Amino acid sequence: MEKSTYENLVLKEAKKKKILDFLKYIFLTFWALVVLFPFYWMILTSLKSYSAYNSEYIPQFFTLSPTLENYSYALNEVPLAQYFLNTLIFTLITTGLMLVVTILAAYAFARLQFKGKNIVFTLFLSLMMIPNELVVITNFVTITNLNMRNTFMGLILPSVTSIFYIYLLKENFSQVPDELYYAAKVDGTSDLKYLFKVMIPICKPTIITITILKIIECWNSYIWPRLITDDQNYFLVSNGIQAIRESGFGRENIPAMMAAVVMISVPLILLFLIFRKKIMQGVSKGGIKG
Amino acid sequence: MEVVLEHVTKKFKNRDKKKDDIIAVNDFTFTIPDGKLIGLLGPSGCGKSTTLNLICGLLTVDSGKIYFGDNDVTYLAPEHRGVGLVFQNYALYPHMTVKENIIFPLGNLKGKDKLTKEEMNNKALEVAKLVQIEELMDRKPNELSGGQQQRVAIARALVKMPSVLLLDEPLSNLDARLRLKTREEIRRIQKKTGLTTIFVTHDQDEAMSICDHIIVMKDGLVMQIGRPQEVYDNPENLFVAKFLGNPPINTFKGYIKDEILYLGQDGVLDVKGLKDQEVYVGIRPEAFVLDESGRLKAKLIHEEVMGRDKSILFAHEGAESDTIRAIIPSDTVVSSKDGIVSFNLKHHKVFLFNVSDESRIYFGVDHGKQ
Amino acid sequence: MESNNKKAWLYLLPAIIFLGFFMIYPLIDVFVYSFEEGYNSASQSYFGIGLYNYEYILHDPYFIQALKNTFILVLITVPLSTIFSLLISLALSSISKLRELFQTIYFLPYVTNTLAVGLVFMILFKPTAYTDGFVNMLIGLFGINPVDFIDGPYWAKMLVLCIYTIWVVMPFKILILTSALASVNEDYYSAAKIDGTSKFRTFFKITLPMISPMIFYLVITGFIGAFKAYSDAVALFGTNLNAAEMNTIVGYIYDMLYGTAGGYPSYASAAAIVLFVIVLTITCINLIVSRKHVHY
Repeated sequence: MEKSTYENLVLKEAKKKKILDFLKYIFLTFWALVVLFPFYWMILTSLKSYSAYNSEYIPQFFTLSPTLENYSYALNEVPLAQYFLNTLIFTLITTGLMLVVTILAAYAFARLQFKGKNIVFTLFLSLMMIPNELVVITNFVTITNLNMRNTFMGLILPSVTSIFYIYLLKENFSQVPDELYYAAKVDGTSDLKYLFKVMIPICKPTIITITILKIIECWNSYIWPRLITDDQNYFLVSNGIQAIRESGFGRENIPAMMAAVVMISVPLILLFLIFRKKIMQGVSKGGIKG
Repeated sequence: MEVVLEHVTKKFKNRDKKKDDIIAVNDFTFTIPDGKLIGLLGPSGCGKSTTLNLICGLLTVDSGKIYFGDNDVTYLAPEHRGVGLVFQNYALYPHMTVKENIIFPLGNLKGKDKLTKEEMNNKALEVAKLVQIEELMDRKPNELSGGQQQRVAIARALVKMPSVLLLDEPLSNLDARLRLKTREEIRRIQKKTGLTTIFVTHDQDEAMSICDHIIVMKDGLVMQIGRPQEVYDNPENLFVAKFLGNPPINTFKGYIKDEILYLGQDGVLDVKGLKDQEVYVGIRPEAFVLDESGRLKAKLIHEEVMGRDKSILFAHEGAESDTIRAIIPSDTVVSSKDGIVSFNLKHHKVFLFNVSDESRIYFGVDHGKQ
Repeated sequence: MESNNKKAWLYLLPAIIFLGFFMIYPLIDVFVYSFEEGYNSASQSYFGIGLYNYEYILHDPYFIQALKNTFILVLITVPLSTIFSLLISLALSSISKLRELFQTIYFLPYVTNTLAVGLVFMILFKPTAYTDGFVNMLIGLFGINPVDFIDGPYWAKMLVLCIYTIWVVMPFKILILTSALASVNEDYYSAAKIDGTSKFRTFFKITLPMISPMIFYLVITGFIGAFKAYSDAVALFGTNLNAAEMNTIVGYIYDMLYGTAGGYPSYASAAAIVLFVIVLTITCINLIVSRKHVHY
């Protein structure tokens, strides 16, 4: 008798858990759909022909006659390829410079002893709290006065430093045991060689993480490029897409717009899917969007 | 309350799905008598913590039965079993004061068991007094020493008046000095409350010193159950012999020929009634007696005096390790000829084991257990 | 250890040059600008020093509108996104099947271009000459009349902006909260379970206090992020935000600096400093509140 009540209790618990699990999955699936739907819609729309799209009074959830004409139209109508190239150049150079500056500074803070180190480091950290909006005004004026509007130099230079990455890398560098440094010093290794042969290989995961985060940041940057470029030849993808939005390819060609959006989004999504773990780890360590 | 485990088995899925399941606890059967302090002893990964979790209900058995007294609790949820559990890391809620921690379990009582604030406070104070932390009630756990945290954890486990108290490696997070003190404290609290108490440890000293009974485990199997001294004096297999004892037992590979036990060239002990065979030999450090005409001849390496005892380290061809340790009173003078020392052996401190399954071979007149 | 002063400064030099030129100098300069009255960017001259720039923007209806929009956005999106992401993280941490898949999907908005996906949102919400659009079709199922969410009434536009903002900030919050939940030692839950603690009580008495530092971190960064909202609005309503009544403080700053109404770095600076003061105040209030309520 007693046994059966226990078993009933167990069964009841199991049933309750099943219902709760079911509700959880429904909830999670709902949000997954909310996240994925815009992506689905942009791909779907980009595959509909201009006339088919505009004849839909009620939006259709699929298309039976997918076409790639929007992609070729988007590529031909606006210099999308040029935007891509610009963004690529901007991203690569900015990220490259950022790496050099960050690695050198992080090494100095983590490994070298010098007067005023603590003060300088504290100063660096406090700069982390300064919002970009405060400094962008003067930078705009400076770049304008230097006649660097509509140049890569003007785009890149103010975007190079990221104090947060210096901080992240410095923390990682500090974890490399001092003994390695003294051993290298005894063997007569120079600081620069030690940095490249020991520190960088050991801290490679962090360096890869900050590289990817910076690439994402560059690829999505909009505000500074918008301020500093008004010549289409120097537009980045964000500005390009905004220009397309304003002009609508001249006649509200939404499928073509979506084709452009797909092309702009795909590189980063691929990068994310490849480096998923690294990106998520890096962001959870304190990356903040914007 | 008496705790009975019958043929309890627990398996875990292997992370590598192609491999077989891991059997953490294998066909476990034993009875824990009411009001005793029991030590579950074994190396890490032997299934002792799993056993504890099965008893308290955080895990459910795959097969077998668990009884508390006459009640079958095999499938009962933990909260209905009336157990108190002290975690290895204490698991004190860091955001609550000591008092809030101790009262927390009482706040779960519902219906007719529901207590007023005052009743809760009184109960908390009562157990706090028992474990002697009444002056720490308003502190946060991170303001306490390891030993104090341990006491709070015990108080929290006791406040609901459990019928069984379970402790998971309660001393492993404490430093050596505190460990000695705390284990006596646990013994005192157990005696005072009279609770059936099971505690898990990998440290044989702890288990030997305070437990009424110990259960030695290895790879999910029970190796031996008994009073600590009994198990030490009479290990049933090579594993138990090696696991208990500090300094550890010396092991040799020897053989029996014409009812004499040989270690290398030396016929060291008469073993009546045993046939010729190879054997593992375990010799406790205290088994060695210096004797110039002794039958075991060994090469002296080193002497160490430590307080009342003296260790003699020496080498022998039959030994499994490079050095053998003998313990003798520190005032004994060690005489050696050309670096060779001679010993006789106390036969009740010498254990023989089958080479095939490492089980004990009993011999001669001494232990008489056959 | 020997100190190597010269070498160290050499290593720091690139960082110091970049920071000095593009961060520290502008930081000082922005205060200077904000107090220079009647600055002319062409002649680089000004009339005098004073608070006129602040007075101007505080009386500028566009700025007031931007201030109002930003506050509404902050007050709606920060609490909603935090609670919602907490619910999702809780569900996520309690399942094992499909968990990685869900986590990957949920993170997607983080790595997409805000402008680009904003365009998709605009398409979804906007009625055109041919169709009422997807969202209007959806709400039509519940018998609600179609609304122009992009060029229509203020509340509709604000609603879309809030929805899009929440969609964009969720990945970061879910990620942080899931890892916060995962970092709570399993033993606390076991201890609670043995004592028969209900799920409800376990959540409010154990889980919530344990992850409260992370929640406050999210609230603070959420406030800062939402106060700096801009690109989301541009993506939905285009660059002429003043006309759409959808401008934000940051948008106002950029409009003052550059664009059709641009050429007033002094006004922009004053607005930027007002924003900075607001953010600083809110952050301080948050910190004081968290001192009282975050338990360790």
